Amino acid sequence: MQQPREHTLKAFDEDLDRLRAQIAQMGGLAEHAIGEAMRCLIQRDVDGAMAVVQNDGKLDELEVEAERRVVQLIALRAPMAGDLREAVAALKISGVVERIGDYAKNIARRVPLLEDSSQLEPLSLLPEMARIATQMVHDVLDAFVRRDPEAAVRVVERDQAVDDFYDSIFRTLLTFMMERPQTIGQSAHLLFVAKNLERVGDHATNIAEMVYYAATGEHVAEHKKKAP
Amino acid sequence: MNDHSATLEQPAYLRFEPNRDAVPDTATQLSIRHLNFFYGRAQALHEVNLEIKANAVTAIIGPSGCGKSTLLRSVNRIYELYPDQRAEGEILVDGRNVLDKRYPLSDLRRKVGMVFQKPTPFASSIRNNVAFALSYYEKLSKAEVADRVEDALRQAALWDEVKDKLNQSALGLSGGQQQRLCIARTIAVRPEILLLDEATSALDPISTAKIEELIHELRERFTIMIVTHNMQQAARVSQRTAFFHLGELIEFGKTRDIFTNPRVQRTQDYITGRFG
Repeated sequence: MQQPREHTLKAFDEDLDRLRAQIAQMGGLAEHAIGEAMRCLIQRDVDGAMAVVQNDGKLDELEVEAERRVVQLIALRAPMAGDLREAVAALKISGVVERIGDYAKNIARRVPLLEDSSQLEPLSLLPEMARIATQMVHDVLDAFVRRDPEAAVRVVERDQAVDDFYDSIFRTLLTFMMERPQTIGQSAHLLFVAKNLERVGDHATNIAEMVYYAATGEHVAEHKKKAP
Repeated sequence: MNDHSATLEQPAYLRFEPNRDAVPDTATQLSIRHLNFFYGRAQALHEVNLEIKANAVTAIIGPSGCGKSTLLRSVNRIYELYPDQRAEGEILVDGRNVLDKRYPLSDLRRKVGMVFQKPTPFASSIRNNVAFALSYYEKLSKAEVADRVEDALRQAALWDEVKDKLNQSALGLSGGQQQRLCIARTIAVRPEILLLDEATSALDPISTAKIEELIHELRERFTIMIVTHNMQQAARVSQRTAFFHLGELIEFGKTRDIFTNPRVQRTQDYITGRFG
């Protein structure tokens, strides 16, 4: 259902707007962190990777701040219906985005361990996989800010591509490890990177489901059942 | 064979019961059909159709002038006290239309009790406040009256506070106590339907909480309709909620659905505080 007009109490709208802006900011940081971690991985930029690890603290702080805002909103504004669903969604999304930041940190931490892995073939698939996963994060938070349930559904549909990438990379790395046992250590790290990116896609999908529920009051599964 | 599922009993926390907090589907106590209400030439209710379930609390919400109090006034025909007010349509209780002039008013008033915004105790003793209507409707011995007075005061969660001063004036009670006295007085004659018109809006939060708890308990024995401006209160005490606007029933459903996921834009706008 649309929320076309403003609250009679303007301060309520300001609170909701600030909350939405903060979630969008967190999403931007997480998206950037994944992108940076992947750039550092490809370019062997160890210093850049350490910066990604350090910057993750900012996301943790913002998550705490988002929780405080939501609790305050519920206590002081007593939101109902769509407003309440949105506040709860914001609370959950902030936790998930913080988690996405952790995956970026996890990828960045592997950069120093992979300094001479240029000959590893699956490395060429990872950037594209990362691009799709971060784009999902970007689009789903955009959908949250614009309260657009249809855009959220489109994000859910893209998760399959990320999963396919993961399967493909998994199989390639497995072959690689069997053929050249001396690369097992590095390949295992890359496998974890791929797994992390796959999880980012899953989390973006979860956020999409939260956005859909906040905007419509229905769950995506119900929506699909209704579709012909 | 390793078939653990056959030997292990499923622990309680694994048993998922999705309908644990389902709203019980009780019988219909009050059936409002094609109700139109007029103050002179001004129409205050338009074609209202509403089924009020027994042993449940139905909240009526909506902005001022939406017709919610008028709806309650129709149910007990209190409007008949005023010459130019009239209701058309049907309100069926046990299959009989109580709006029909042939339906005896005394029967209706006995079946339908009403509590108002401001406590309205009689300027008499606490005991007399409750006993008065009892002796009006029924021939009871002194002992029976005493029993029924105690019973009503207990049901209204007031007995412990007033049992030692039943002969004192009801006007000496606090606002919250007076309101519970009015509820005791209303339920003493054992009505089936209880109408509460903004019954807590003049009370402090603690008295309000006591009345809300009381409403929760009384639901077991009565059919309750409550009109309130306080949406949190409607959310707290009712199982079903009807939203009225400009004399029309806009949306009616389970309270938890109305407050988390209303279907109609106007309902959403009202309960989220976006009303123009």
